Amino acid sequence: MQSLKRLSGFIWIALGLGAVYLMVRQMSTEVSAAEVAKKAVLDTKMFWYIIIPIFTPIMAGLCLFGWYAWKGEYDVIARDSEHLD
Amino acid sequence: MTTSSTSEPMETKGLMKVIMASSVGTLIEWYDFYIYGAMSVIIAKQFFPQDNPTAAFLAALATFAAGFVVRPFGALVFGRIGDIIGRKYTFLLTLLLMGGSTFAIGLIPGYAKIGIWAPILILLLRFVQGLALGGEYGGAATYVAEHSPLGRRGYFTSFIQTTATLGFFLSLGVILTTRKTMGVEAFNDWGWRIPFIVSIFLIAISVYIRLKMAESPLFAKIKKEGKISSNPLKESFAHKRNLKMVLLALFAAVMGQGVVWYTGQFYAQTFIERTMSVEFEQVRYLLCIAILAATPLFLVFGAWSDKIGRKTIMLAGMLLAILTYRPIYKMMYAYSDVKVKTEIKEKSSAGSAMVVAANGDSTITTTTVAAYTDGSTLKTVKKEVRLADKSKPVVKPETTKTLWLSAGGFWMITLLVFIQIVYVTMVYGPIAAFLVELFPTRIRYTSMSLPYHIGNGIFGGLTPFIATRLFDASKTTENPGGDPYVGLWYPILIAGVCFVIGLLYLPSKNDEDVSD
Repeated sequence: MQSLKRLSGFIWIALGLGAVYLMVRQMSTEVSAAEVAKKAVLDTKMFWYIIIPIFTPIMAGLCLFGWYAWKGEYDVIARDSEHLD
Repeated sequence: MTTSSTSEPMETKGLMKVIMASSVGTLIEWYDFYIYGAMSVIIAKQFFPQDNPTAAFLAALATFAAGFVVRPFGALVFGRIGDIIGRKYTFLLTLLLMGGSTFAIGLIPGYAKIGIWAPILILLLRFVQGLALGGEYGGAATYVAEHSPLGRRGYFTSFIQTTATLGFFLSLGVILTTRKTMGVEAFNDWGWRIPFIVSIFLIAISVYIRLKMAESPLFAKIKKEGKISSNPLKESFAHKRNLKMVLLALFAAVMGQGVVWYTGQFYAQTFIERTMSVEFEQVRYLLCIAILAATPLFLVFGAWSDKIGRKTIMLAGMLLAILTYRPIYKMMYAYSDVKVKTEIKEKSSAGSAMVVAANGDSTITTTTVAAYTDGSTLKTVKKEVRLADKSKPVVKPETTKTLWLSAGGFWMITLLVFIQIVYVTMVYGPIAAFLVELFPTRIRYTSMSLPYHIGNGIFGGLTPFIATRLFDASKTTENPGGDPYVGLWYPILIAGVCFVIGLLYLPSKNDEDVSD
């Protein structure tokens, strides 16, 4: 179980990085398509300019979670604050 | 007599007073927050005219940023104050800020009177609402949990968990009653202000009740012992030992809970109203019934989580949602799909009217009413504008559809929404106790508020927008109707990732002692 927890850490790191890459790619595709079609450019930009700055730090958090998992930080969950370290 | 977390005796009567004082205030804060969302269409017309790009920009910002994105910042600001000054005064402050800003929204003159100041003021007040809500929940949950007896924390904190749903119910009830009493036209003109103004009386009662309450016994104890954190933000998020627990709370529980909650309670409403075109009042009535019927289950699952563990119930709720969302939405959509219905020709009607303006432009309105054998009725209104000046670009015709469900359809959809809200009660009922148990008293308010508001405000709060956007993107020239179920992939995916992380990393046993 402990090794599964640790190995899964890589999946969470990959998921975080992959999500940011997909969001940025989708934004550039949609914004340029909207500009070409000359419609709803403000709506499209607005959506992505809000979504990307919000989700990027959260996905960085998912990568950090994956890193901690890989380092074995979650092998044992502390039962109280005296044993958090 | 029961034993509280501090091992000091606390009468059940006293504990119920603590719960009532916390719950009433939190319920009113949710009410204040929801009435803006429920009346966003009317507010947009009064304050954010679409022909002014700046006002339209501010409208989007008020919905997205202030409503959802500001909440985690409120969690940081008020969480810090709550861990330094105390729980009681902090959630009194959030209550006053929420009530004051809601009352002020009801008084602001429209765009027609004060121009661009109208949307700017609304945006600022909406920001204050978002900040206040970000600070409220953590305080109320922590306050109740720190008073709760050992082994019953899930049950007692689940009263706080009912407030979000009951606040939504209250907002729907007040809006429907005001609209019915004064008529749709007067309501859209000025009556919409009443639910905002009423808030000040509700807040006054709640502040009065809360002022009489004592500080949390656990917080009072660490304050007396001089163990209060001097920098809760640093201790919560800059130290690995606590940051890893914040990340665990977010990705293993709250992220999935947030999407299940917002799908069951809000995306269901968007789907029934926009995708299925069900009539305004029918949608609200069926939601009210489903919410009211499911609300006691918050207490049932909260209490049950004390016995079998928070993890089991929360993950079971997520798994059920993942497996059944698509079948549930397919069953709901079938009630609006005219392709599978049989029309009663002799009960159906059609008519059109033409109005010619002074400039020669003409508007043709075609209305068709189709009655079906299942008892439902669909009204389609098509507005077509023909411009006198032929050199101007052609205006696209506007079509609006309104579906009145049959009695059978109404109750079946109510049942399907009820099932989704049962999932909400499973994931949301035990979450306050779960979060409280994860963090130590001196930084509890700060540490639990941030993941809660990222999970609910951002992952959950954006569910209707992201799902609706996925639906719009699925509309192509080959399939102009789009895929009505494509939006569900967002909550299914997020809840799926959260379920796997929760299954792998969350402890199965509850942490009984939160006095550390």
